[in-house]
Amino acid sequence: MKIKNRQTIKAYLFMAPALFLLIFFVFVPIIGSLPLMFFDYSVLGKTRFTGLDNFIKLFQDYEFRKALFNSILFVVVVPVIQILSIMLALLVNRKMFGITLFRTLFYIPVVTSMVAVAIMWGFLFDPNGAINTLLIKLGAITKPLGFLGSAKTAMICIMFITIWQGLGYYMMLYLAGLQSVPKELEEAAWVDGANGLKTLIKIKIPMLKPYIWFCSLNSVISAVGVFDVVYVLTKGGPNDATNVINYYSYVKAFQDFEFGYAAAIGAVQAVITTILSIVVFVYGKRGGGMTYSE
Amino acid sequence: MNRKGNTKQKKNITKNVFIYLGLILIAVICAGPFLWMLATSFKSGQNIYDLSLIPQNPTIANYVGVTEFLNIPKYILNTIIITCSSIALDVVFSALCAYALACMDFKGKKIIMGALLISMIVPAAAGMIINYLIICKVHLLNTYVGAILPGAVKVFSIILLRQSYMAIPKELIEAARIDGAGEMRIWWKIMMPGILPSISTVVIFDFINKWNEFLWPIIVLQDPDKYPLATALQYLNGSFNYKFGYIAAGTIISIIPVIIVFVLCQKNYVEAVSGAVKG
Repeated sequence: MKIKNRQTIKAYLFMAPALFLLIFFVFVPIIGSLPLMFFDYSVLGKTRFTGLDNFIKLFQDYEFRKALFNSILFVVVVPVIQILSIMLALLVNRKMFGITLFRTLFYIPVVTSMVAVAIMWGFLFDPNGAINTLLIKLGAITKPLGFLGSAKTAMICIMFITIWQGLGYYMMLYLAGLQSVPKELEEAAWVDGANGLKTLIKIKIPMLKPYIWFCSLNSVISAVGVFDVVYVLTKGGPNDATNVINYYSYVKAFQDFEFGYAAAIGAVQAVITTILSIVVFVYGKRGGGMTYSE
Repeated sequence: MNRKGNTKQKKNITKNVFIYLGLILIAVICAGPFLWMLATSFKSGQNIYDLSLIPQNPTIANYVGVTEFLNIPKYILNTIIITCSSIALDVVFSALCAYALACMDFKGKKIIMGALLISMIVPAAAGMIINYLIICKVHLLNTYVGAILPGAVKVFSIILLRQSYMAIPKELIEAARIDGAGEMRIWWKIMMPGILPSISTVVIFDFINKWNEFLWPIIVLQDPDKYPLATALQYLNGSFNYKFGYIAAGTIISIIPVIIVFVLCQKNYVEAVSGAVKG
């Protein structure tokens, strides 16, 4: 018992520096935003307890409802990104000359900062930009399209950029999944006369299941929390067409300094993320195993 | 028989041609924008929106211009300060913490592990407001320390390093303990060398993350002179977006280090990314 006590002290000494930082900058902030959402807290005014006022205000706030709608709409990117990256993984899962180079090229958008990515696509989507020039040259359009400047297409552009940047990441995960499929299993299927499509549906996809759930979960969490690309490219505009809850919460906190209200918006985001995660997790467990654990 | 073999071979060749065409098409979509940006950064004012990938009269005027306009070396220095300090804190503190979690037996271990895992699920944005208020309260606003500390230690790194400590045979530690070696000595002499591959993974991950980070620095640093490169670029893009050539050059400068590090450490990095699912 005594030895264990001494070990306990030593262990906490080892953990002290990391725990100190984590407590102050991770745990306190998470727990602290819980009471914050029930206060009218701003840097300038007086802090006072307002109960559920922030939440009542929230659902009367047209801008918030629009942002909420947009964030939920944004989850559409999840199936698109997952299906495309599985197809991409299948494409690069072969031994061919130069295949590593292609994998690297597909992955480069993932490691590039969203600022750089957004700036690049911002120029490509510009009314005078390369995409419009190309489309006009090809005769597909006569007048340049607004893309990011038009409320109808801005959201689609933001989604496109998100998918473009995320594809490589999920492709790498699925590739690891495909490479864990035992060769014998695939060969046995070939011998039994199964064609490519059949081995895909009967063997590869089932083997990929844990990866599909893990990737979908990650993808859902980041879709609901989309921020960077909106911040850099559209600032929620035009006409709130690309305003999403994470961005709206940021604006309320760091431009309007309504910290309590922003925390309430953050809470809505956390609740949505948690519900979607639980849905994915429960289905994943039932559907054949989420292996992700500590 | 021979003929059949021939048609099969032919079929294979056409198949490969199609696969290569597909790969090249996707590569153009993925890497094309970067190449276009690179080309654009060498173009002069008039033909800047031009589609062409080869500039007609290549010039480094944009690089010179953006450096005069923005003091790029200063921003690079800022980025290096923030990135390197974060990496150092993360590696040392996470390695110490993970050692206790992996190799020591103590009260409250389960609670700490549980808390760490739960905190990984909560989106980082949720804590940003309080983080900002804490930084204000301790008077670290507009300092590098304020920009570095909050995101320095990552739970992900702790979990990753714990995993690789656990792969080291327990007997090694037991033997060292019997020989009377202190925990600090065991950690430094026996365990650290054993987890070097994972340490390098943490370094690569942190490098890419921190180099690209732009939001927290905008919030904490009020003085644009202290901005790291990604934040400065966002600032340039937001305020002077008519200086397109400059922005193109700045973007290229900001992404080159990350791409170099990624290409050099690719194998390690990719293994770590895909290892996350297997858990």
